Amino acid sequence: MAEPGFLPRPRFRHLLAALTAAGYRCLGPKVRDGAIVYEELDSADDLPRGVHDHQQPGAYRLQRDDSPRCFAWANGPQALKPLLFAPREILWTSAAGSDGAIAFHPQMPEALPTAVIGVRACDLAALRLQDQHFLEGPFPDPHYGVRRGNLFLVAVHCTHPAATCFCASTGDGPRAESGFDLALAELDEGFIVTAGSPKGEVLFGQLLLEALDPAQQATADGEIAAAAQAQQRTLPSRNLRDSLFANLHHPRWDDVAQRCLSCANCSSVCPTCFCHAEMEEPALDGSHSAHYRQWDSCFTEGHSYIHGIVIRADTRLRYRQWLTHKLGSWHDQYGRSGCVGCGRCIAWCPVGIDITEEAAAVCGGDHA
Amino acid sequence: MLDPYLPDEVEVLERIQESPTIFTLRLAFTDPEIQARYRFQPGQFNMVYLYGVGEVPISIVSDPEDEHLIDHTIRAVGRVTQGLALLGKGARLGLRGPYGRGWPLQLAEGRDIVLLTGGLGCAPVVSVIHYILRRRERFGRLTILQGVKHTDDLIWRAQYEAWSRLPDVQVGLAADVGGPGWFGQVGPVTVLFDRVHIDPGALMMMCGPEPMMRAAVQELRRRGVAEEDLWLSMERSMHCAIGHCGHCQMGGNFVCRNGPVFPYPEIQALLGERGF
Repeated sequence: MAEPGFLPRPRFRHLLAALTAAGYRCLGPKVRDGAIVYEELDSADDLPRGVHDHQQPGAYRLQRDDSPRCFAWANGPQALKPLLFAPREILWTSAAGSDGAIAFHPQMPEALPTAVIGVRACDLAALRLQDQHFLEGPFPDPHYGVRRGNLFLVAVHCTHPAATCFCASTGDGPRAESGFDLALAELDEGFIVTAGSPKGEVLFGQLLLEALDPAQQATADGEIAAAAQAQQRTLPSRNLRDSLFANLHHPRWDDVAQRCLSCANCSSVCPTCFCHAEMEEPALDGSHSAHYRQWDSCFTEGHSYIHGIVIRADTRLRYRQWLTHKLGSWHDQYGRSGCVGCGRCIAWCPVGIDITEEAAAVCGGDHA
Repeated sequence: MLDPYLPDEVEVLERIQESPTIFTLRLAFTDPEIQARYRFQPGQFNMVYLYGVGEVPISIVSDPEDEHLIDHTIRAVGRVTQGLALLGKGARLGLRGPYGRGWPLQLAEGRDIVLLTGGLGCAPVVSVIHYILRRRERFGRLTILQGVKHTDDLIWRAQYEAWSRLPDVQVGLAADVGGPGWFGQVGPVTVLFDRVHIDPGALMMMCGPEPMMRAAVQELRRRGVAEEDLWLSMERSMHCAIGHCGHCQMGGNFVCRNGPVFPYPEIQALLGERGF
């Protein structure tokens, strides 16, 4: 890989132009409805310049100042998940002939080559887990796969962690170490650009980057290190599986069940949660039918329904399922915890339940 | 990339009413090439699609060497199965499969086999009975134990009677609630353990309500059957059958993919734990 180069801020638009010329639609952070979301960028002016996020359990607020920076925030409610594992999509359709015969038609999504700018290290770690889940098992999912194959990822190292962040303790950030095509470190005067893949290298070569001043690299490294230091929350990086499953009857599950609304916000904003329901939508005239999948959550009653029985009928069992899976049995399935420390489930929980606090309470003295 | 979610069309060749709410659909793919390629192991299941309604996981009861037959015995309990109950010969459905880990038939060769089922749990085990009876010389003594809630729930009564007359086969039947003309025992299925001889070296395959399987595991452990010789077929909500949708998780296991048949030690920790 080439040595990192420097892209002065006024030339950030060259990055967008190069991606567009390479055939990508560019998604990047924008402010909408009081939150940062990934949407199509028309120009660099769409970026959230001077916008900062303030996150607390149950709270997410944006503030603007006169900083020239466009990535001086931690994250919004979305990660990469909705771009690849669509919240709702048709898997296939069927049509009935007059003789009763059924014809099945695959429905592959139209996956435009897409570049995402501003991807966080935690989101890359989550993407790695979703790739394992949807692509690396015995039944690769072509719907996820076609979108994944057309993705170009421009990571931005995180320098402004929110109070809800704990990626340093899970080992997933704040620096984007791998899994990107290009990575940027944002400084006031511009960006340090690093290529992380062959296709990133090609684009890197088109950016006419300037030589990097070692002082700039030192500033960027210092800011990333400070971002790790500044994090207030921690989750032990070790495997909590045994501790969680040894504490299935801990009184804390009753306690959290008193607060949890079983609303499924946490699993919706979680960048690694993969549960989905399959459902059928027949046409009114019976001539055809569409088979959908839609995000589901272990916090719903229907999730564990089986012929008249609901296995997790109450909130205590549902929260316990979510946490023991996320931090426990995920190790059995994918060789690591399912939590990447993004803190979204803490901020977007209407009652501010904090996964790090609950894990610490349940694992008791085992908590590092 | 193949689309693992997409069913293929099958036709109902025959419909057999087994009891007021239980019926068997005998299916075959309408595309002969797909039918010729289709192979399964006893204990595996298919996803059966009812047009315009949805899919359900159903275990396969036919013999794997009857390559033209895919039999599904179904109880009409939910939206899809009640719809399936209304179908007759010639109806078309969707099917994909087979999925999951079936019964440990290679491990079972040369050994005594005990099959324990409760309720409609007999369906996944019936394929094993057929399998063993057709290859009788490869297996030791066969013990078939079946528990039902009410005597009316027993399907394949004639078959049980026929099996009980075969050499080297023991059949035990128990109903929680007895009724007129009942020829089995009254009580939980575990009362049958006192009526039959179970060799500690036997391989046990069981299927049915979890409390029944848990009670049976305890009884059999007391009789010296090794933990790894106890095999259980588990049921959980399944939408995809390929380990993607997340509904069937039981701890780290995806029941659809890692199971539905498990050796006891693999699920021991969470078996009977409410909420898993």
